[in-house]
Amino acid sequence: MEILDVARWQFGITTVYHFLMVPLTIGLALLVAIMQTIWHRTGDPKYLAMTKFWGKLMLINFAMGVVTGIVQEFQFGMNWSAYSRFVGDVFGAPLAMEGLVAFFVESTFLGLWIFGWDRVSKRVHLASIWAAALATVASAYFILAANSWMQHPVGVEIGPDGDPQLNSIWALLTNSTVLAAFPHTLAGSLAVAGTVLIGISAWHLARRHRHSPVDDPDRQVWHTSLRFGGWVGVAAFAAVAVSGDFQAKLMFDQQPMKMAAAEALCESEEPAGFSIFAIGDLSDPHCGNVSSVTVPALLSFLAEGDFESEVQGIEELVPAYQEKYGSHYPVDERLGELSGMPIDYVPSLPVTYWGFRLMIGFGVVAALGAAAGLWLTRGGRLPKGRWFAPVALASIATPFLANSFGWIFTEMGRQPFVVVPNPTGVDGVFMYTASAVSPGVSLGEALFSLVALTLVYAALAVVELFLLIKYARAGVEGVMRPPWQDPPADSDEGSTEPEKKDPDVLAFAY
Amino acid sequence: MDLPTFWFLLIAVLWLGYFFLEGFDFGVGMLLGLGTKDERERRVLINTIGPIWDGNEVWVIVAIGATFAAFPDWYASLLSGAYLPVLFVLLALIGRGVAFEYRGKVDSARWRRNWDRVIAIGSWVPPLGWGFIITATVTGLPIDINGDLRGGPIDLIRPETVLGALALAGFSLLHGAVFLALKTDGDIRWRMQRFATRYGALLLLPGAGLLWSVQIGQGSTWTAAVAGIATLASVAALLLVRRGQVGRSFALLGVMLASVLVVLFGSLYPNVMPSTIDPLFDLTVAGAASSPYTLTVMSWVAAFGTPAVLLYQGWTYWVFRRRISTAQIPPVRVP
Ligand code: HDD
Ligand code: HEM
Ligand code: HEM
Repeated sequence: MEILDVARWQFGITTVYHFLMVPLTIGLALLVAIMQTIWHRTGDPKYLAMTKFWGKLMLINFAMGVVTGIVQEFQFGMNWSAYSRFVGDVFGAPLAMEGLVAFFVESTFLGLWIFGWDRVSKRVHLASIWAAALATVASAYFILAANSWMQHPVGVEIGPDGDPQLNSIWALLTNSTVLAAFPHTLAGSLAVAGTVLIGISAWHLARRHRHSPVDDPDRQVWHTSLRFGGWVGVAAFAAVAVSGDFQAKLMFDQQPMKMAAAEALCESEEPAGFSIFAIGDLSDPHCGNVSSVTVPALLSFLAEGDFESEVQGIEELVPAYQEKYGSHYPVDERLGELSGMPIDYVPSLPVTYWGFRLMIGFGVVAALGAAAGLWLTRGGRLPKGRWFAPVALASIATPFLANSFGWIFTEMGRQPFVVVPNPTGVDGVFMYTASAVSPGVSLGEALFSLVALTLVYAALAVVELFLLIKYARAGVEGVMRPPWQDPPADSDEGSTEPEKKDPDVLAFAY
Repeated sequence: MDLPTFWFLLIAVLWLGYFFLEGFDFGVGMLLGLGTKDERERRVLINTIGPIWDGNEVWVIVAIGATFAAFPDWYASLLSGAYLPVLFVLLALIGRGVAFEYRGKVDSARWRRNWDRVIAIGSWVPPLGWGFIITATVTGLPIDINGDLRGGPIDLIRPETVLGALALAGFSLLHGAVFLALKTDGDIRWRMQRFATRYGALLLLPGAGLLWSVQIGQGSTWTAAVAGIATLASVAALLLVRRGQVGRSFALLGVMLASVLVVLFGSLYPNVMPSTIDPLFDLTVAGAASSPYTLTVMSWVAAFGTPAVLLYQGWTYWVFRRRISTAQIPPVRVP
């Protein structure tokens, strides 16, 4: 085992893990802000209950998003110091902006929102959840701009030391790649939040309200949440499909090899069909015996927007890459066992091929689930079957899986590059993943870090899930005295009307 | 002043912000294990920093992010060079961050006790680690011509780095006690004030040692003058807390911290990280800096961003300015 493998495993594990929390935070923060706005406008206690309940789940999740994010910020320097030196002039800027513009706002205003129920006016309190929610969106933009630059370096020239130098921050922030990836990721996040709303609400409806009247206030909370989640989910999926199609067209121009790998397309085809399912050994680089079920000409459409164009296959692309970027790694002891070896330009086909399909596939399942949820609950209805709750709960996993596979596909599909050459950009701005690792770090240190982080993350996953389930099950009573219940005579808790309660006791405390 | 120097200063300011703000957070976490009698008191402590600790923590995220943007070589060499200390700090921050949020989410004494341990460890390790790491970058690491560490993690353990670790931990503990004397009411308030009075001098001792050794090793005349200010400020802070003027003492601790950082970063300049192998391998402000274009862009972002952050963070401190006592802690509400 080499330090390269350890560092890659660590990056993969920690980032995929971080991105389990991220879409839920982004999606829920926006939805909670909308719920609170409706409560603010209408005064309907149902929306207050929704705000508090979904807000609590968001906060439990947010804590994990924060602590796993810090690891990401440091990891580039720890494990990928050669990478950091190479790209620092460009890549550090969006990262620093993310901190200064987004993270400060996010954490400060979320603190204000959590503790501020009775400390600031209702209007300011509402504004603070919006500030936090929009900051999560801003943070997504900056970090995706950084990531998109690795996929498609723009706005740079070669500096005196041979490393890329930024010459237009504007070009970096309006990289076509980020303009496509941002809506795609944002929509993916909303899909996550929508499905979570559907799943948990369905469970409450099925468990408690099979026989309660349609106008029962608690039933109303879950019913409204479910339908809200359903509409968000359906809309998010449409947005994901449109933006994904846009991404595919860019990918065809910017990273043809990734496109070919996504399809396990060995020989060029004209027009090219979209493979739905493949049988055979995908890891065979010559695609000897792969047969797949295809939709004729669909890939041409995905790539170029028509049904005739040629899509280049791997066999044709490899010599082109070898000619342009060299056929062997340089001889350099820091490359370890790869030093002087031939460069393999084909990413892992099973991972890219299946990653792409699983992203889309799980997304389709989530979308169908959302549509079904809307249909089944139309006009206050509630499905009678026992299957309803478990199916809805299980569907929560689908958009998370779609997101993870999307990232795994994107990141693995750009191998062996960590910074992918831009075919229309400046020559020489690219970097092999193998040259990106820290030369000064020992295998022992890297392994220790991988094991320690994995163990801690695994333990925290158990705790977070336990808490989320506990609070999700408890429903509205778990977070407040339901606003439709009369307060017990001597109670001082749970109310959000500051004038009604003992001014000395904090409205919320850890 | 040229741009790289400006960014060197700005990064020092970000570390100052971090150590000042998160310093008392850490102190509060340390005192959770040392200075509380019962569950209500522990909740008082946690709630003094509840709304603000996460915002305070962002200071270090931005300090590191700004280092990446402005001095990529420094970022790369420091984080890969001080690999294990950085990792321990990260693990501690992970535990601490979730502990605040999760501790009260289950009504069980065992659950809370376990998270209290996580908070205590998570509040001791980061100041120790950061003190160690910052002193290492000031006094030098065994880096080669590429900025990569030669040798192992053991080579980082030297008298100065150990002093640096103790200095920041001692400062944070005292700073936390003074902060609590300022933010709490009732019995805890007086106990914290007594704690600061009794142990203050002891807690600042390693800092004095650090100041001395850096000044002797790398300092100049003007840093000696600043070291003088640091000494005066600390003496005054200790006297004031004895007299019960806690607010002033808190401010003077800030002055002391600022002067110490000026001495550290002032004796570091024009390097960002000296090499203990050969002065030829020193990472310098000019050599490690990003291109003028990047620095200009970042300067504009900082020029608008930093004042805004100071304004709204300051405002949240104002919103949550009231003292907290055991009487104000609401009953637990968990499912
Ligand atoms: C598309 C969105 C997205 C992506 C790709 C990433 N993150 Fe993230 N990150 C967020 C979206 C986000 C967020 C929504 O803003 C989080 C999640 C939960 C939270 O607290 O904020 C966050 C938290 C978060 C934090 C803590 C912020 C705080 O204290 O408030 C840091 C330091 C990072 N992230 C850094 C990174 C780095 C270095 C990444 C690259 C590998 C990364 N994130 C990927
Ligand atoms: C802006 C955000 C991101 C940046 C800057 C980034 C950067 C990197 C870097 C430097 C590596 C290591 C080199 C390599 O092995 O390819 C990597 C690998 C990886 N990243 Fe990302 N990444 C980002 C977001 C994500 C996210 C959000 C995920 C998933 C949730 C992800 C998934 C992966 C995976 C799975 C690998 C391992 C790839 C491999 O082992 O080949 N990345 N990424
Ligand atoms: C019709 C459906 C979809 C299409 C055509 C599509 C297309 C794509 C493409 C082409 C990429 C790679 C971009 C690149 O590497 O340059 C991508 C990435 C990604 N996809 Fe999808 N996708 C679809 C559905 C989904 C769904 C349902 C989700 C999640 C709920 C999702 C989440 C992601 C994520 C997180 C990434 C990585 C980040 C990024 O590059 O934006 N996708 N998608």
